[in-house]
Amino acid sequence: MTPPPTQPVPAPADAPQATVPRLATDALTAWYGTSSGVRDVTLAFRENTVTALIGPSGCGKSTLLRSLNRMHELVPGTRVTGRVLLDGYDIYEPGINPIQVRRRIGMVFQRPTPFPTMSIAENVAAGLAVGPRLSRADRAGIVEQALKRAALWDEVKDRLRESPLNLSGGQQQRLCVARTVAPEPEVILLDEPTASLDPSGAAHIEELVQELKREFTVVIVTHNLQQAGRVSDLTAFFYLGELVEVGPTTRIFTAPLKPQTEAYITGRFG
Amino acid sequence: MTDIPATVLEPEAGPQPTAEERWRALKTVSPGDVVYRTVLTVFALLLPLVLVTIALELGVNAWPAVSKFGFGFLTHSTWDPVRGEFGALPLIVGTLYSSLVALVIAVPLALACAIFLTEFAPRWLRAPVATLIELLAAVPSVIYGLWGIFVLIPLLRDHFWPVARHALSWLPIFSGVFYGPSVLAGGVILSIMVLPYIAAVSREVLLAVPPSQREAGLALGATRWETVWTVILPYGRAGIIGAVILGLGRALGETMAVTMVIGNRHEVSASLLQPGYTIAAAIANEFSEAVSDMHLSALFLVGAVLFLITIVVNAVARVLVWRVARGSAVGSTAI
Repeated sequence: MTPPPTQPVPAPADAPQATVPRLATDALTAWYGTSSGVRDVTLAFRENTVTALIGPSGCGKSTLLRSLNRMHELVPGTRVTGRVLLDGYDIYEPGINPIQVRRRIGMVFQRPTPFPTMSIAENVAAGLAVGPRLSRADRAGIVEQALKRAALWDEVKDRLRESPLNLSGGQQQRLCVARTVAPEPEVILLDEPTASLDPSGAAHIEELVQELKREFTVVIVTHNLQQAGRVSDLTAFFYLGELVEVGPTTRIFTAPLKPQTEAYITGRFG
Repeated sequence: MTDIPATVLEPEAGPQPTAEERWRALKTVSPGDVVYRTVLTVFALLLPLVLVTIALELGVNAWPAVSKFGFGFLTHSTWDPVRGEFGALPLIVGTLYSSLVALVIAVPLALACAIFLTEFAPRWLRAPVATLIELLAAVPSVIYGLWGIFVLIPLLRDHFWPVARHALSWLPIFSGVFYGPSVLAGGVILSIMVLPYIAAVSREVLLAVPPSQREAGLALGATRWETVWTVILPYGRAGIIGAVILGLGRALGETMAVTMVIGNRHEVSASLLQPGYTIAAAIANEFSEAVSDMHLSALFLVGAVLFLITIVVNAVARVLVWRVARGSAVGSTAI
């Protein structure tokens, strides 16, 4: 018996469209023991939209991101209250398998995390190995597709069997993007994906984010305000664990409503 | 400013050293450094010297047996001190066979322990269980031997053998009649003795796998078990091979517990149920009773063989670890 699903909730009041957003949080609070990393966040992430989460270090933006695909709870002593709604249904409902959630909501980390014992192709297929069995040809096709979507195919097509450790940091990060898109998730979470890269590697990833948005719902945490301005459609500003303000990126950067937001984007703190 | 003593600000009395004098002073060597360096060098050289001395001693004392039996020493299975005939095949086979049995039993168990303790156990359970497993290594081997005689052998005889004689006797390794002291008993004892080494080192290896690798696996939608199997174990494979080889080294050289349960018979048998003998056990048992020079020399020679086996095992381990570690970064030289 499956429990009856939660009712889809209407999108938060300030959302521009009336449809149910792909991913949304509802009064989400993520706890570390008794202290909260991020408090009472209600936010919607729409399809084919890049949402940037910005704010000074320790403001809770990474914690929020990790709560969206149930990675937060992997740290001992942590828990989450409130709801995260995928197509309107709560992924924190009892009985929901976080493993299945993570197959629909993929994640790319700050530092590239290729699996060093696997080849480039095996890395891309790593998330497929855990799903239904595929024929060799299907697999090769998916690997090629994923590498193309990650804008890495031309650079690695002749060395798919080599170690990923031969790739540059930027290429490794795009490999991780390919690995994340290969199992066809619906949402892609990027946790400061360019923080450990050189400028050209970072530029590649930024272009890639623009491409990814055609197919996926993209959420990106970034420390780099220019980056948020370049890649995102919506920007949410966090300060001291709270969502201060969210809106279209151009509006946030040109006419912020809250004084903290203005102070942060003009470089007065953070 | 006010803290600087006045003397420093005053120009020094007497002639200042010239540039040349100050340049000469650059050649000053502190005598402490020389002593320190010499002492360390001597110590560092002493250890390899011990190894070389052992090898020389074994070689010199084993020479009479080498010149009399030659290569046949390794292939013959008669060991008769009365007639002065010595063939070490049963000892070599027994040593390798009992160690192999030990690894076959201990490696899966130890890896399971390590995986459980690093990936699955509740946090409060991890340190206590890890400490208990390591304590297994602190039990004196004669105690394991006694346990083998009084607990393990009766257990195998009363519970394992009745089942095995019906179900498994078609396998060559379980053929024949089981009386108790056997390669099987020796192997099981050894497996318990090497388990803490393999488990403790594997646990350290798994702990050293970066959390980012674990998270990357989980973020792909892999289960904990899939993450262990596809990400964590491959990442730590070089270290795990090292742990297994460390255990093998222990098993090859273990003496007391093995000699108490293995049966001490110079015989080659494929069956685990039959008695056997190991090199270390034979040396321990026969050395004090060896009267003829040739018997002594033969014991030195098997000692040398054991020495060689452990060196080869370690060398193979080195190569394996090196190749695996290099394999994980295939072609860092390829581009």
